[in-house]
Amino acid sequence: MIEGIQIDLISEERLALLTSIEKVHLILDQVRKGTIVILERGLSPEEQSTLIEMAMLEILPDGFNGLEIESYPSKDEGTGIFSKLVGKGANKPRMTVIGPANQLKMIKKERDLISAWVSSR
Amino acid sequence: MDILTQTKTGFTSIIKSFFRKKRYRIGIYGPPNAGKTTLANRITLDWTGENIGAVSEIPHETRRAHRQSDICITDSRGHTVIIDIVDTPGVTTKIDYKEFLEYGITKDEAILRAREATEGVAEAMHWLREDIDGVIYMMDSTQDPFMQVNIMMIGIIESRKLPVVIVANKIDLPDAVPQRIRGAFPQHPVIPVSSIEGKNVEDLYDNMVRTFR
Repeated sequence: MIEGIQIDLISEERLALLTSIEKVHLILDQVRKGTIVILERGLSPEEQSTLIEMAMLEILPDGFNGLEIESYPSKDEGTGIFSKLVGKGANKPRMTVIGPANQLKMIKKERDLISAWVSSR
Repeated sequence: MDILTQTKTGFTSIIKSFFRKKRYRIGIYGPPNAGKTTLANRITLDWTGENIGAVSEIPHETRRAHRQSDICITDSRGHTVIIDIVDTPGVTTKIDYKEFLEYGITKDEAILRAREATEGVAEAMHWLREDIDGVIYMMDSTQDPFMQVNIMMIGIIESRKLPVVIVANKIDLPDAVPQRIRGAFPQHPVIPVSSIEGKNVEDLYDNMVRTFR
């Protein structure tokens, strides 16, 4: 069997079928097993907040030590008065990479480029 | 108490509550070692003469949220705002007790510190969702503003429609580039400050009054 690291690419459609708490549990369960999860469309700010809080409660000495999350900054779209009035100024989630903090390391990050390094356990 | 006195007391309390300034609960958020407690101490010392918490070079020195109530801040035009300052633990997505060992503490102390820090981060996120009216978001001007925790936290703050002032801290250090923070978050006021030296804090107070009033 080939040894390596599992990468799950989860489509926007599949994510849309899940509730917020289901998304957070799915991500945490996979990442704790050492899987790198790539979300086609990232999490909402509320979901990110919940993910941070729940990840903190899962951390153990010499065990799971948290998440590495990387996504692009939100686009500067819809900052005009009209966009704000019609509610289009909100941040839209963008593609997001999530992995175990001890396996996924960011090398370089810019507004339009994420370069990361993945190691086996 | 007769009816006339009761009516008078009730009327007085309604008038008082009408003119009473609302108190805003302002959370100081940011990644570990951005200088949150140093700024909280600066604000509380300047306006109440008291410190709010201890500072240290070891990350996650603040592991519980600390609140200092009834701080009345006046800007250069004489406008005031009354706030409670909540100094929160540094927000992160990962905590490894081994990183604390580099600072010369024992393994048991490091494990305890890590456990308290994880609880502190969870508590800080809870405060943000439930109990905060506005945010001072601290960033270290010598660090990359595109750190994921900054992007996530600013997104969370924006989604909750909380007023925010971003502080570009540590401008006393030679490699500080506060302009990078302005470029990364042009939609918010960014105030370059040295919390430790008190440099430009008057500008911060003016912005706090303008933003949180």
